[in-house]
Amino acid sequence: MTTEQKNDRGKLVVNDSECKGCGLCVEACPVKCIGISDQLNHFGYKTAQYEGARCTGCGICFMVCPEPGALTVWRLVTHHEVVVA
Amino acid sequence: MSSVSFPEYEVAFGRPDSYYEKYERKNELSHATHYCPGCGHGTAHKMLAEAIDGLAIKDRTVLISPVGCSVFAYYYFDVGNVQAAHGRAPAVATAMKRSHPGSIVISYQGDGDLAAIGMAEIIHAANRGESITVIFINNGIYSMTGGQVAPTTLIGMKSMTTPHGRSVENEGYPLHICELLATLEAPVYIERVGLGDNKQIAQATKAVRKAIDNQVKGLGFSIVEILSPCPTIWKMNAVDSQHWVRDVMEKTFPLGVFCDKTKEAQPHAPHPAAPALTELPKILGIEDEPELEHATKPRKIDIDLHVRVAGFGGQGVLLLGEILAQAGLDAGLHVSWLPSYGPEMRSGTSNCHVRVSSESIDSPLVTLPDVLVAMNEPSLRKFDDSVRPGGWVLYNGDEFPADCYRPDVKVLALPFTKVAHEIGDARAANMVMLGALLEIAEDLPQDAIDQALRQLVKTPKWVELDTRALLRGRELFREKCAVEV
Repeated sequence: MTTEQKNDRGKLVVNDSECKGCGLCVEACPVKCIGISDQLNHFGYKTAQYEGARCTGCGICFMVCPEPGALTVWRLVTHHEVVVA
Repeated sequence: MSSVSFPEYEVAFGRPDSYYEKYERKNELSHATHYCPGCGHGTAHKMLAEAIDGLAIKDRTVLISPVGCSVFAYYYFDVGNVQAAHGRAPAVATAMKRSHPGSIVISYQGDGDLAAIGMAEIIHAANRGESITVIFINNGIYSMTGGQVAPTTLIGMKSMTTPHGRSVENEGYPLHICELLATLEAPVYIERVGLGDNKQIAQATKAVRKAIDNQVKGLGFSIVEILSPCPTIWKMNAVDSQHWVRDVMEKTFPLGVFCDKTKEAQPHAPHPAAPALTELPKILGIEDEPELEHATKPRKIDIDLHVRVAGFGGQGVLLLGEILAQAGLDAGLHVSWLPSYGPEMRSGTSNCHVRVSSESIDSPLVTLPDVLVAMNEPSLRKFDDSVRPGGWVLYNGDEFPADCYRPDVKVLALPFTKVAHEIGDARAANMVMLGALLEIAEDLPQDAIDQALRQLVKTPKWVELDTRALLRGRELFREKCAVEV
């Protein structure tokens, strides 16, 4: 664990049973941190997937997404200083 | 010793509270909407949900869903919901708002609903300045029905019904609803937005919120037109159809605010409550008037007969009822005859409600028949439970099914079809049953029946056969049921 690593300001969680893989979020994301999965979900859609880094938590993907709960955008709030012996 | 920082995240954007957790429309689809991938409705729904959450009005919001793809909006929004007939959402919204002035009424309509069949409703609601919010989804086509031309279809745009593209000569020009409504004096806020890219979506979100906020402030009629992609019917992928809104649709339907009187508009006082029903005679000045004399012939008959006739199409179910009603009419009584049948000409099920009464008839529906004429077993099973205690069931069959037996109902079960066949034609079974029925409704004079028969049955041969069938029915009833009557 490095102390120097900068945490992303946001992160995206995709609910792959709700996502229909339309790709609007992929197009909309300003930092291009969303891709489309190679795997089919239970309903036969290739869903969106977070690339794992660079999310700024802007929420544009959420507003563009037609499904109510397919995307959840989290934002960084605080850092906890933990003392490790 | 070293210090390590752990990131802590919280949800900034997630499923709005105004949606149900689970949608009860279909078990296998309780997690997602029924919209196609990339549908503009989904995005518009989310704006609406965000606005309802943001203004904290979920508990007093009434959403009027239209006819169209968004007909199921009531499965998704955890608010008050009413589903209106095609195009009538603004009229329903008017009623909701006037009767519940504290509610926030949102009429959500597509372009087929609002700009075609519901054109009158939207214009008049806007012209009255009803304090409602209208969300108008414009995708330039009838999507739910498979892509027919809509009033808003672009010139040259292909549809199922304009396969060579919409032509001005044939289908006229696309209707510009916002511009049209902006010519009225009453509306407070009219804006057209799009779902063509991030910027447009951000603007649309603001507009939807403003339109609802206007109503919360009681300002008056607000409408937001949302140019919305339909990837399925436009035959594009979601991203291309989104860009098509921006690059093509916007040229015909320019975005912008067409009317904004939000700043100067004064909050409306709610409409006064309607007077109580009991006050109406006084208001109309008719409280002292004697009851009107009925214009019909003087009647000596005292009757109030509720009959349900049911059977296969082609058995003469409707004719039986019609003759009964016509006879009542000829005898100077009040009658109603309400047929109910499927589109099949033969072998579908069909039934009719008949009422014959010496008093005026409140409703033509017969929900608790005095007599059920069941011409086949499925009809018996369907309506047996509805017969009023003390009533009659006339059943066409050799044996009355034991599980349909009710101790409080009298039954005459006979193979009427066979009886009719013996008389001359199996098709006269309905008249044999009518004969039996007339023994129950004994107050109906025979001459009225004869007259009705001659009026409704055209050929003399059948009049003769039917008259004999009626007589036979009467005889059979007297033979079998003489004790009970």
